[in-house]
Amino acid sequence: MIGGYRSSALGIAWRSLHNAYTKPAILFPSLIFPLFFLAAFAGGLSAVSETPDFNYPEGYTTFVFGFVLLQSSALGGVFTGFSIAADFQFGMGRRMMLATSHRTSIVVGYAITAIARVLATWVVITVVALLAGMEVGGSAAEIFGLYLLSLTINVVALLFAAGIALRLRTLQAGPLMQFPVFILLFLTPVYVPQELLAGWVSHVAKINPLTLILDTNREFLAGQQAEVLAAYGVAVGLMALLGIWAVSGMRRAETAG
Amino acid sequence: MNAGGAVALPRPGRGSTLSTQVRSLAGRAVLRTLRQPAMIVPSLVFPLFLLAVNSAGLNAATQIPGFPTGSYLTFALAVPFIQGALFSTMNSGQALAEDIENGFFNRLALTPMKGSALIAGQLGGLVVIGLIQASVYLTVGLAAGAHFEAGLLGVPVLLALSVLVSIGFGGIGMFMAIRTGSGESVQGMFPLLFVFLFFSSISLPRNLIQEDWFRTVATINPVSYLIEGVRSLFVIGWDGEALALAFGIAVALIVGSISIASLALRERMVRS
Repeated sequence: MIGGYRSSALGIAWRSLHNAYTKPAILFPSLIFPLFFLAAFAGGLSAVSETPDFNYPEGYTTFVFGFVLLQSSALGGVFTGFSIAADFQFGMGRRMMLATSHRTSIVVGYAITAIARVLATWVVITVVALLAGMEVGGSAAEIFGLYLLSLTINVVALLFAAGIALRLRTLQAGPLMQFPVFILLFLTPVYVPQELLAGWVSHVAKINPLTLILDTNREFLAGQQAEVLAAYGVAVGLMALLGIWAVSGMRRAETAG
Repeated sequence: MNAGGAVALPRPGRGSTLSTQVRSLAGRAVLRTLRQPAMIVPSLVFPLFLLAVNSAGLNAATQIPGFPTGSYLTFALAVPFIQGALFSTMNSGQALAEDIENGFFNRLALTPMKGSALIAGQLGGLVVIGLIQASVYLTVGLAAGAHFEAGLLGVPVLLALSVLVSIGFGGIGMFMAIRTGSGESVQGMFPLLFVFLFFSSISLPRNLIQEDWFRTVATINPVSYLIEGVRSLFVIGWDGEALALAFGIAVALIVGSISIASLALRERMVRS
């Protein structure tokens, strides 16, 4: 039974990955957007690091990389959500449901897809950031922790997008998957540390769960003391909540036939 | 014009002048946009959201020596005007692509309508949207505490520049639509236009950009001068050079984009 479950999930992942890597229109945005933000922020805003009280030892490129890594992880999950919506809009989803006895394996398959896609994006943005002069103060264990934390956010975003895609089963739901994630990402200390934020965003950033993840990313990169347990706790908690959201979305898709 | 927004073109020989055709098509373009909040709301909400986030997130940048104002909101308020104009690219392109996809364009080609009327009609719609966007951005920005150094006389100048920029980018959208005939393709190209916005003096004045390569890109990027023209009205007041550059580039953009759109239209009319 476990073998059947695993082969279903891997089959779905293989198909989605094949689609993604053979159609540049699908792959291109998930690769190009993070690079674009990395270049625009690190290149255009590096003077911001000279403002008083900006205390980040590894420099602005590293500071921005912490955000870009988080963003690429989250948007990688969302872009895989688009694939789910397309599959269910054009009838492939129904065929998948007929072919699998455990339908949660469909969600697991897409999660494997999201992870495999984001790994490729990470390789590209990490190489580009290092070439652009990113300095890394964290140890190997801290860098492993950084990527593992980012991986959980990739799955969190995938589960969120899957819940919407499975409920609405149309590509027109794209903005509903993308905008909330985009807004949450930008309501964190994107450009400066939290202490330098002004106005309402500083209050919202304090209660935004992604702020803790972003701060931890940056602390891992700089080799600073990080709130590791709290960050992983938030990430795993979000994964559990949104896992329920995605599975209940699958139930809705089943009911709708 | 009927309830569905279809065009009631006069029959040949009964007053089907170019101006009548333009009026009919412009009316349709305006009505269609106003009837679809999904076309206008994102172009209002998204730039204002980014303005709110960036003005709070980057307020510390005003402490960089040489920063031209003490309020990042005032500095950043120019950006929505250009960002909103970029949305015009998608709106006009999407609308025209839909016309091509659903066969409306082919039916128009059977009427005595001139190609120039189609383009001018679409542009009429863009003028209205551009004015609405600019008025909203200005009102929200001032209500949030931004300064407008140019004073009352600067308002019509700001609106005129915004509308010109909207028409210029709208022309690019029309070109994409006519060339590809696909709304999906127009949407797909939209993010590429944002590259021009982000690699400009959107976040910092050019002289404060530290990275040489970025400063060079921002300097050769015409969008920088559009932003700086709008920004000058908020931050400086009346800066002849910045305004002349912005108006000059906006007019050049219009001439360029409408020319390529007209050429593409002529080709498509022949094919239709």
